Amino acid sequence: MSSLSRRSVLKTAAMGSAAAVASPYVSGAYAAGTLTLGCWDHWVPGANKALDKLAKEWGDKNKVDVKIDYITSQGEKDKLTAAAEAQAGTGHDIMSHRDWNIRIHQDKLEPLNDVVEGLIKQYGPISPVAEYLAKIKGTWRGIPTTVGSQVKPCCSRFDLYKEHAGIDVRDIFPADEKKWDKAKVDSWTWDKYVESAQKLHKAGFPVGLPLGQTSDAVDWVGGLFNAYGVVMVDAKDNIKINSDETRQAMEIARKITESMSPDVFAWDDAGNNRWLISGKGSGIMNPPSAWAVAKRDNPKVAENCWTHPVPKGPKGRFVGQLPQFYGVWQFSKNKQAAKEFLTYISQKSSVGQLVAASVGYDLPSFKSLYDLPTWNEVEPPKGTVYGYPPRGDEQTSIVGAPARSEVGAQIYNQAINTVMISKFTQGKEKLDDVIKWAEKELEGTLRA
Amino acid sequence: MADTVQTWGSTVPGKATAKPNRMQKFLRRRSTIAFLMCLPLILIIVCLVIYPAFYSIYLSMLNKAQTRFIGLGNFTFLMSRDTFWMVVQQSTIFALTAVFFKALIGLITAHLVNNLPAKGQRKWRGMLLVPWVIPLALSTLGWWWMFDPTNSAFNYTLRSLGFDGIPWLSDPYWARFSVILVNVWYGAPFFLIMYLAALKSVPEQLYEAASIDGASAWQKFVHITLPMMRNIIAITVLFSMIVTFANFDIVQIMTAGGPRNMTHMFATYAFLLGIRSGDLPLGAATSLFMFPILAIAAVFILRGVRKRGREIG
Repeated sequence: MSSLSRRSVLKTAAMGSAAAVASPYVSGAYAAGTLTLGCWDHWVPGANKALDKLAKEWGDKNKVDVKIDYITSQGEKDKLTAAAEAQAGTGHDIMSHRDWNIRIHQDKLEPLNDVVEGLIKQYGPISPVAEYLAKIKGTWRGIPTTVGSQVKPCCSRFDLYKEHAGIDVRDIFPADEKKWDKAKVDSWTWDKYVESAQKLHKAGFPVGLPLGQTSDAVDWVGGLFNAYGVVMVDAKDNIKINSDETRQAMEIARKITESMSPDVFAWDDAGNNRWLISGKGSGIMNPPSAWAVAKRDNPKVAENCWTHPVPKGPKGRFVGQLPQFYGVWQFSKNKQAAKEFLTYISQKSSVGQLVAASVGYDLPSFKSLYDLPTWNEVEPPKGTVYGYPPRGDEQTSIVGAPARSEVGAQIYNQAINTVMISKFTQGKEKLDDVIKWAEKELEGTLRA
Repeated sequence: MADTVQTWGSTVPGKATAKPNRMQKFLRRRSTIAFLMCLPLILIIVCLVIYPAFYSIYLSMLNKAQTRFIGLGNFTFLMSRDTFWMVVQQSTIFALTAVFFKALIGLITAHLVNNLPAKGQRKWRGMLLVPWVIPLALSTLGWWWMFDPTNSAFNYTLRSLGFDGIPWLSDPYWARFSVILVNVWYGAPFFLIMYLAALKSVPEQLYEAASIDGASAWQKFVHITLPMMRNIIAITVLFSMIVTFANFDIVQIMTAGGPRNMTHMFATYAFLLGIRSGDLPLGAATSLFMFPILAIAAVFILRGVRKRGREIG
């Protein structure tokens, strides 16, 4: 047993200190430094924990200290934070960006082609909406996240639909795509939707589709417009709103509006949820958040909810999609670690954990990942959100496309489509005048 | 003269009085002390008011990508948009109506409170100030719940009394009424307290002399109270006008500018264009649009105030 002299202790300590100073990233607990994330604060209780767990696992394995700040989207606080960080040129390494924010900050975001293209190789085609929003001039400036990404299909009270409209949505869209009967699925059209909305209105249980200027309103109207082939502005900056397709879609919107509560013009994104949960409404178009809250607050309603694809129009079946993205700032000090972490949380095993933690609300941007078990398992009733990920002939869409994304962002955020319907129905303006108004607004969005 | 100045050191026995050096002389000047004491405030104003103001002026003259100087391009673009002119019209209606009612209610309430016996006056003053001291975002949320499109507490009451519900926030004109009402509720106590202070400063002898001359209550109000309150009325109206034109919280929380963009104010529209749509320069231009008009109004109002101040002095 060797003895430990004062001199040898001092010598060892001095050598250790010198080594630590000379090579700080060799033997520390977080040898590869720190990685900071500004993430969207999930509304589902406990959903953030799944991301925390993934961050810890990856951080421990790679010796990186991962720190996550959850930033609420209430009052657009997350967008304000991103705008402040972009202006200041400092902040988190990775920032989550909702909807159009990748385009807004494109000049300050690191290209992520290597990460996204790697994921496409692994998981197949990516959502066209995600590509439209985050791939700018051939460069991916953001990577679509699972967390917070969503679509807005129908969430219907199957008991009320069956009793008052004679439609069994569970029979049309059972919780197994293989059992879908094409003829029945094809019968679920916007005309059928209008007819059922009128019957349900008469029965005292109207559907509730918001017509304010928030995303839930913009998205369902976007799905309707796309189903009729309405193009507001094309990819070459041509204003195309003055068309027969627009007139057809506006007529459908008018009929639906007449069958709803006049309150829909003032609803925010929670208005339709409250409508369904209260038991007054027979159907909305929303992610499973309304069902999840009903499960807690009004279980009788939740037990009778069924999420299924939106109606079909002459040009197809389009559901509004709103993906979220992670972007790596160009001023990030740990870009390589950021890319590796983003790759890790985009793997199927990680995605599965995130989807499970959000009770099926979070939706990956790869169709090949729609076979995760969560959507089959959550209940009541069993299979209630099976139809949440787009299945069958349902395609995703976003208002503003196919215009340049700079133009699309203006169209979407100024809610030109829902204001058109409000002017036509609530404002009793002539359809031609409404279209002229829209043309003028769209002309404004083309500003260089 | 410096020898006559008493210092702590000069009272210590057996120690010769030291002649103050230049630094000590500099620090003893009243203006220097005043400046040093104001310095933190000056720094805050420079950093949080003057710099952002100039930065937003600079921002409003850049193109959408913030890469090129385009002069007044954003302003000319805004002036070509119908929706923007609707925002100008709405902001003007909102500010003028709200300030008028805030001033009117403030004036009436100040008179009522001023005529209360001194003993109970404090309680009333305290209670009437409550709307002004609650954080605006919080009280607006309370109002929003009462106006809630589907489950409005007001409508519940109206319906239980046998009346029809009112589309407080879903009809554009009722929505305008609602946001103005909340602004008046919130802002009237500020007028009340300012007018109450002004009323208390009117010399009692003037009223006594008028009474001897046989003046009625109305004549006293028109010929004594109002002229004596003119300056404070002008300043409160100016201040409130600026704050009301810049209102954001109430509209953003209650209607977010809808329905049909018919409740947008400059600030909410600027937020929509600048933050939500990502066109910061256009948003900055929107928020600065009223700046020259309000600045000119402020110059004239404050000149009038100074003039009357000199006349009284």
